Amino acid sequence: MTTPAPAGDQPPAVELRDVVREYRTGGEVVAALRGVSLKIDNGEYVAIIGPSGSGKSTLMHIVGALDRPTRGMVAVAGQDIAKLSDTALAELRNEHIGFVFQSFHLLARTSARDNVALPLVYRGLSSPKRRAAAEEALAAVGLGHRLGHRPSELSGGEQQRVAIARALVGEPRLLLADEPTGNLDTRNGQEVMALLERLVTERGVAVVLVTHDPEVAARAQRVVRVRDGLIAEDTATLNVSTQGASA
Amino acid sequence: MNFPEAFRTAVTALSANRLRSLLTMLGVIIGVSAVVALVAIGSGAQREVTQQVQGLGSNLILVFQGEIGGTSGPSISRLGLEDEEAIGRVVGDPSRVTVTATSAEEVRAGTAATRSTIQGVDENFVGVFDRELASGTFFAGTDVDSRRRVIVLGADTATALFGGIDPVGRQVSVTGVRFQVLGVFEAQGASFGVSQDQQAYMPVTTAQRLFGISTVDGFAVKAAELDDIEGIQAGILAELQAKYPGVTFSAVTQDQILGVIGQILSLLTAVLAAIAGISLVVGGVGVSNIMLVSVRERTKEIGLRKAMGARRRDITLQFLIEAVLLTTIGGTIGLALGIGGSMLVDLLSPLPAQVVWWAPVLAFAVSVVTGVVFGVAPARRAGKLDPVVALRSD
Repeated sequence: MTTPAPAGDQPPAVELRDVVREYRTGGEVVAALRGVSLKIDNGEYVAIIGPSGSGKSTLMHIVGALDRPTRGMVAVAGQDIAKLSDTALAELRNEHIGFVFQSFHLLARTSARDNVALPLVYRGLSSPKRRAAAEEALAAVGLGHRLGHRPSELSGGEQQRVAIARALVGEPRLLLADEPTGNLDTRNGQEVMALLERLVTERGVAVVLVTHDPEVAARAQRVVRVRDGLIAEDTATLNVSTQGASA
Repeated sequence: MNFPEAFRTAVTALSANRLRSLLTMLGVIIGVSAVVALVAIGSGAQREVTQQVQGLGSNLILVFQGEIGGTSGPSISRLGLEDEEAIGRVVGDPSRVTVTATSAEEVRAGTAATRSTIQGVDENFVGVFDRELASGTFFAGTDVDSRRRVIVLGADTATALFGGIDPVGRQVSVTGVRFQVLGVFEAQGASFGVSQDQQAYMPVTTAQRLFGISTVDGFAVKAAELDDIEGIQAGILAELQAKYPGVTFSAVTQDQILGVIGQILSLLTAVLAAIAGISLVVGGVGVSNIMLVSVRERTKEIGLRKAMGARRRDITLQFLIEAVLLTTIGGTIGLALGIGGSMLVDLLSPLPAQVVWWAPVLAFAVSVVTGVVFGVAPARRAGKLDPVVALRSD
């Protein structure tokens, strides 16, 4: 996946058609998503915004193959996730999706290198190969000199850079970032975003950025606004695509 | 994720929480060490008793009223001195039969006093039991017939009363009656911390008068040949049952005594092991409990691992290995403590202890199995966690 294939040759990174996700709480059925259709092309940079309770978290979980829709079709990297077993879903995530979380979610008492290598552990890669890949990924986020440091020995910005290295080490097609700057100050947040954008552009990875910060969202090529379980607005921004994918 | 990988992850998780891991193991440690130590003490006792009874000699037949290992309580003996003649006739050689009437009494010499087991026996005692005298002589048949007040002391009794002085020819008193010391036996050693040398032997006739009894406790017969034993046993029992109808008697050899005592001690050992085994189970419940807490505490970690592509069985394996590792390490520590403890008990206390191979093996195996059995439920729970729910648990 180092050279992005031209769009059209491959299935889109994510495609949702009439997706409904309902939760049963007690006797009541609550619909978090009420019919969402969305297509995200390979290499595309999309921000999803919306107030809390709008369904944007549910949308992110479904796009990330962490959850299945109640009704409707969801294809991640061309595979219909409704038809996949839990194990197959785990393998799909491992192969095609990278995650970056607001609170970093790094394993404490574990070195930066081992944190970054974690997805490769579940891919069944040998230890030397994992180390090499993790070190390369950490060097790419500018932390080549911090391989053995534990999360508690790193600053917030550095921790999020470790998380970005972890998200990209498996060469995914899609990177999901859930409020990646939420726990960082403005300067660190901007640095982390700039780094993330540079890396995904180099690698042709599609990005779904979930945020409530309009400034952060404005960095994307396309902004999808979610409200009451529906897509209220889907607009292209003035940002120029660097990859020739639809924008 | 393969096994070595899951193993490494589990080790990391356990060493991250050393104190809790140790406390969790404590139940297993106590359980395993208790099983090993208690079984060691039980089998040590068995070995000791076996050695002692074997010391009797395999040709020896003990005759007494009642049953060995029977359920009936002790009854007053009806055997008398006159029965010795009848038994002598059965054996065919009266010098191969001796008699005993026993009571614990205080023996004095000057200001020194000691409590000892007074055995009234006859002149055949030394021959039947193969006993050696350290000094002096044993009493003769004429001493028995004439109820002479003579006494032969066990090694400890002699030391307690006379210190280093040779007591032969000196006087002791038993319940106020004076006796002349004829000889002193060679030391026999101790068993269960109880000395076998705190005896004193006097003519059975003298003893009967001293104790105020007309009966005896039993007889001992030394068969000339091993092949004679069964015939002698049957003959003695027939003789006694004819004389005392309705009363039960026993004529048993060392092997028969060993069989019964062995059964009792094996049962005792099994009971001890079972009690200790219960603590192993309790230890297992502790492991299960902590693993459940650990799963709950690490929900976020599980969610993250699942997001990164961990399958259900990856997570289950990781937590199961943690549980088994806990009980295995605990079992190993318990083994070391149990074996060390057994050695200390053997060395420092009167209780004999002997580590038998099967107890550590069994205890260790049980602790490993405990880990699997009590680790499965928490591990499965961890594996089944929904990644969405797990990631949300901030």
